[in-house]
Amino acid sequence: MKERLQELTPKLVLSPSFFLILFFVYGFIVYTGYLSMTDSKMLPSYGWVGLDNYERLWKLPHWKRSLNNLAVFGILYIVVCTVLGLLAAILLDQKIRAEGLLRPIYLYPMALSFIVTGTAWKWFLDPGIGLENTIHQWGWETFSFDWIKNRNYAIYTVVIAAVWQSSGFVMAMFLAGLRGVDNEIIKAAQIDGASTVRIYRRIIIPLMRPVFLSAFVVLAHLAIKAYDLVIALTGGGPGQATELPATFMYSYTFTRNLMGIGASSAIIMLIMIFSIIIPYLYSELRGGKTQ
Amino acid sequence: MAFLEIRNLMKSFGNVDVLKGINIEIEEGGFLVLVGPSGCGKSTLLNTIAGLEAITSGDISIGGRSVAGLHPSKRDIAMVFQSYALYPNMTVAQNIGFGMEIRGIGQTDRDKAIADVSELLQIGHLLDRKPSQLSGGQRQRVAMGRALVREPQVFLFDEPLSNLDAKLRVDMRTEIKRLHQRMGTTIVYVTHDQIEAMTLATKIAVLKDGILQQFGSPAEIYNDPANMFVADFMGSPSMNLIPARIETEGNGVAVVISKRGGGEAVRLPVENANGLTAHAGADVIFGIRPEALTDPDGADRTGGGLVNAVCPIEVVEPAGSDTFAVTHLGDIEVTARLRADAAIEPGREETLTFNMTKAVFFDPKTESRIA
Amino acid sequence: MSQPSADVAVQTNRLVRIAIYTALIVLAVYYLLPFYVMVVNSLKPLDEIREGDMLALPRQWTIAPWLSAWSTAQIGVEPTGLRPYFMNSIFMVVPAVALSTILGALNGYVLTKWRFPGHNLVFGMMLLACFIPFQIVLIPMARVLGILGLAGTTWGLVLVHTVYGLGFTTLFFRNYYEAFPTELVRAAQIDGASFFQIFRRILLPSSGPIIVVTVIWQFTNVWNDFLFGASFADVDSVPMTVALNNLVSSSTGVKEYNVHFAGAILAALPTLIVYVVSGRYFVRGLMAGAVKG
Repeated sequence: MKERLQELTPKLVLSPSFFLILFFVYGFIVYTGYLSMTDSKMLPSYGWVGLDNYERLWKLPHWKRSLNNLAVFGILYIVVCTVLGLLAAILLDQKIRAEGLLRPIYLYPMALSFIVTGTAWKWFLDPGIGLENTIHQWGWETFSFDWIKNRNYAIYTVVIAAVWQSSGFVMAMFLAGLRGVDNEIIKAAQIDGASTVRIYRRIIIPLMRPVFLSAFVVLAHLAIKAYDLVIALTGGGPGQATELPATFMYSYTFTRNLMGIGASSAIIMLIMIFSIIIPYLYSELRGGKTQ
Repeated sequence: MAFLEIRNLMKSFGNVDVLKGINIEIEEGGFLVLVGPSGCGKSTLLNTIAGLEAITSGDISIGGRSVAGLHPSKRDIAMVFQSYALYPNMTVAQNIGFGMEIRGIGQTDRDKAIADVSELLQIGHLLDRKPSQLSGGQRQRVAMGRALVREPQVFLFDEPLSNLDAKLRVDMRTEIKRLHQRMGTTIVYVTHDQIEAMTLATKIAVLKDGILQQFGSPAEIYNDPANMFVADFMGSPSMNLIPARIETEGNGVAVVISKRGGGEAVRLPVENANGLTAHAGADVIFGIRPEALTDPDGADRTGGGLVNAVCPIEVVEPAGSDTFAVTHLGDIEVTARLRADAAIEPGREETLTFNMTKAVFFDPKTESRIA
Repeated sequence: MSQPSADVAVQTNRLVRIAIYTALIVLAVYYLLPFYVMVVNSLKPLDEIREGDMLALPRQWTIAPWLSAWSTAQIGVEPTGLRPYFMNSIFMVVPAVALSTILGALNGYVLTKWRFPGHNLVFGMMLLACFIPFQIVLIPMARVLGILGLAGTTWGLVLVHTVYGLGFTTLFFRNYYEAFPTELVRAAQIDGASFFQIFRRILLPSSGPIIVVTVIWQFTNVWNDFLFGASFADVDSVPMTVALNNLVSSSTGVKEYNVHFAGAILAALPTLIVYVVSGRYFVRGLMAGAVKG
């Protein structure tokens, strides 16, 4: 009896977490998936409508706008973060004396809430009191920087604030990668007469492939989930200029009371994220197994 | 009745069979060494004896009592691990006493037992240290102390010396052997090092791919290998396994080895052709250990069966106590072990002496021993 | 034939060094500027912000905006300042972090040292749960919290954050214990130690670093959460981030930028302090969360 209990203990210990995840994650996904095929409005209702909500969703200009914005935001966010992060990491890797001081400065925004980041940048970029006003005070009266109020440019201010928050993290990932490069490879390249620039271009950066992949996966999933920052920075505006799928889902479900549509947009977000994450996790877990 | 008995033991992980029907038994006080290349299943076998891994079928019994299905702590065994597995957060004394503590043995009894064991292993001065403050050899002793203090019926050693440097390894090997002789407890010992196997064991079990290749005393394993794998695995430098042909010669037979590119290189008559006559005309693998292939002056003349042949010497490697010469026979490199001061030079044809009483023969297809 | 002189090499080298340092300093300014703006403007009277230079130091120093943000600013309908919401966040964060860390440690222990058929599938399920967009659970979660009677309560938020933090805490401990020598567990088994004895006596004493990493990670995430707070909190349980957003985006009255900045710093302070005190562990957590390791 005691022996059997001993044998069962591990599974008993794991099971609360397992069932919590099963219910609150996978059960909820199924439930939301089901709701997305019903005529739910303000409250869940179980009138089956098949894929109607999805059809309606794809006809909504608001949704298309969100996807377009996500594309612009996502691509710029990922590319700029990666380039800036790699650049900062390479620069910091040049035996910089002040590295211990600079590294935490680059990284601290990651500790902040997106709401704080949004608040800071919201007023910093505000033409009335922020950067534009400041430059005017300095005497350059014609200077204009009103992107945050401009429908065509507001999405770029989201990129600026998001890059500010996340690029330090990408820098840390690349720095760890650079520090992991076998010194003997670099020595061999130096003996072969390669210049520093060439060593980075031909040897070190190609070795960073796994870091690029990890950074891409992390940034892409953060981009798709981006919600808080937009709420704090622009509230989705001006107009719908900075709406993203995450803000779209929230406003359709809870403000406009079109739960069916909201649920279907959440499912689309899930599909987007899973199509990036699952292959990545699969290859990672596989890789771990064959090592 | 053997003391430790392993009967028909099978172990599979999923659909991979790791142990395929192992039968081993060892008498009380014996020293059983499980040896084989990595992945052969020797560590799994040890873990099943310890109870750390469940068996798929078969049975294991210790002292006449089946232990299959019993928790490791109830099998009356103790184990020394490859990494020593000392609890990093405990002192040496706490490490040794942990098992007793779990079993609820009082502090005074524990201290007494710890003191006894640490005196035996000369680690008394280390009792208050943490494992991280010990050298490799000291950790090894503590790990043995933790095993000894249990006074088990069987000691299990999982490659205990492989993390030590070469010199210390030899010292600890002697130490383990001394300890065994003194205490007389049954030991099962896993290693991939065939020298450890030869020096320590009373019985050796050679494993490959989950199958027991041969089970016997060190001398049997060394002199009478059951197949080419055992012949090749045990002994260093390993046995020369030369493709050859058996031909009738007079009343007996001769082993004929061909030259590179065809033709006859050497012809070695065999006097006591007991099993070989039946294979006349057949291709065989002729196995001869380097020490049975020497310079004529270094040959062992007590047993007879010496045959001289002229061989081309390619490389000469003086090793201090011996000189090794590499020649080429039957398209493979063949190593001969000569006296240290044998006059021999590379690039010349030299006379070598084959001690045919030590020769063994294998079937080239099944790789089993035929004579 | 002129050899390249050593001087030239040294000089180009120095030019390169200057360029590198310049670039690094420009980057540092980019990262520091918004925080600098927040700090200096939270110490200015409102008039000075409106007419003046945002980058300039205050002409007239004042801590009034801080006091206002902490205890008197209008948030929603009540002029309570951020103080009650700060406490709400504390009451939410502490149990959520403790629960998810304990469960994560036990899960990691089972998934590495007591493997069973299908352990990889269970781990994969938990890992995947780290990445779901939380929008997918908002609707059913609201209903379940209602059914459990936890709607609008701090305990409801504790439940939410514990559940959705489990994936990461399990990942952290699992990867840490993966590297923990299994032979130690086996040795303890032979010594007769039970499941919990092995955990408490053998693994836990060596788990200090990963506990710190996990606690910091969970603390930062739960404290900084906005979506769950905005969706499931009620007057008595609204966390700091949501309160800050209410403060900043309330449309009534004059915009008190200095108070907003002070409030933003207050909301950032706990995580910033953690970051400054234990940045090394913070970074380690980020990396562990990003790369399987």
